[in-house]
Amino acid sequence: MQEFLTVIDALNQGFFQTFKLFAITLLGALPLGLIISFGSMSKFKPLSYFTKTVVWVIRGTPLMLQLFIIYYVPGQLSGGMSPWSAFEDDRFIASCVAFIINYACYFSEIYRGGIQGVPVGQKEAGEVLGMTKSQIFFKVTLLQMVKRIVPPMSNEIITLTKDTSLARIISYQEIIWAGYSFIKGSRGISGIVWPLFFTGLYYLVFNGALTLLFGYIEKKLKHFN
Amino acid sequence: MAILEVKNIKKCFGKTEVLKDISFSLNKGEVLTIIGSSGSGKTTLLRCLNFLEFAENGTISVRDKIVYDGKNHKKIKDNELRENRLHFGLVFQQFNLFPQYTVKKNVTLAPSLLKRNTPEEIEAKADSLIKRVGLEEKKDNYPATLSGGQQQRVAIARALALEPDILCFDEPTSALDPELTGEVLKVIRSLKGHDSTMIVVTHEMQFAKEVSDRVIFMADGKIEEEGTPEEVFGNPKSERLKAFLSNSL
Repeated sequence: MQEFLTVIDALNQGFFQTFKLFAITLLGALPLGLIISFGSMSKFKPLSYFTKTVVWVIRGTPLMLQLFIIYYVPGQLSGGMSPWSAFEDDRFIASCVAFIINYACYFSEIYRGGIQGVPVGQKEAGEVLGMTKSQIFFKVTLLQMVKRIVPPMSNEIITLTKDTSLARIISYQEIIWAGYSFIKGSRGISGIVWPLFFTGLYYLVFNGALTLLFGYIEKKLKHFN
Repeated sequence: MAILEVKNIKKCFGKTEVLKDISFSLNKGEVLTIIGSSGSGKTTLLRCLNFLEFAENGTISVRDKIVYDGKNHKKIKDNELRENRLHFGLVFQQFNLFPQYTVKKNVTLAPSLLKRNTPEEIEAKADSLIKRVGLEEKKDNYPATLSGGQQQRVAIARALALEPDILCFDEPTSALDPELTGEVLKVIRSLKGHDSTMIVVTHEMQFAKEVSDRVIFMADGKIEEEGTPEEVFGNPKSERLKAFLSNSL
């Protein structure tokens, strides 16, 4: 029993780290993705080519590799002294940066699809009614875009909860790291495997809650097409 | 006195000349219908009047003030463009109501963003317009729950809410089932005499005949013939108009 409580305590702490990375990534990547989508839809060609190239590189390479690069390369370039070490929570900060950039690129494509999926007549109706560009975006396009992107966004966000486990590659102590630590030995316990498997339950419950939330949002937006 | 004066409008899409030197004028309170086969440039002309397309050449004047000049439209600031386009209203073929808003909100949205009146005045105005198009009971409905004819009537109320000098209709009944066209045409007819100056692009020849003060027949991006409904329908001069009418009636 004592062992069980010790493990659960460690897993809770690990899950808190998982959740922190998840939440900060969303907070950063949701708005950044929108900005990137504007970049890739820009009529100014150099900007749209540049943005599309960045999206290609980020989506075309493994997130795990990006984590390595973001965590280790700045230190290599500055001759051994990693700029991340300025933060107490350096592994967390580096993970956030990698995840935000990576997810913003995926989100940007979802936003782009959502925005371009709104019929052009909607924009024209706004124009002939004398609305400004930003009024058209915020009052006409935005909610219609949101409705279109809820299903693909749900997918990405559920994937994100699980992708956070990649951060253990730079020793970010999230829940998989915490579960695995009991195999090698941690808090006086070693050689037990079940805590690692038990972490699955955390993901499952959390994603269950997310699924309910997305279902609720979809229902809220059901009154229009 | 002419409220609208259109002079020498030219518009190309790539190498195709869609409008070739269009000029006409319209008096206050008049209803002008534009007829012609598809591809003749009718819709493009309306879109140029509403600045959804920009004519390369020509001027548009409302009440003797130039609101658009093809020569220098690129220099015009966004604000001025928006101000000028409000002389015109446009009712689309596909209605283009905002699906996420109720009927009432569709009508009040633009006036409240423009802040021309107090919220109470805007509400009252919207209520009376919605009543005028016969949709009082539907004012809290979302567009998805309305028939095409009802949606188009909301679109008319929405355009009227901004009190445009000239209200344009782009084939307002072409997307409707035949049994729904009547209710929309009835609303448009009822606007006549209310001081509304209107330009209607339509394929409904009977309607054009009875509601218009003047008719323009377009062919190949030009005004082929123009006159009173009696002249255009009763006594067509050009072969093209004769052919068009015999196919349409």
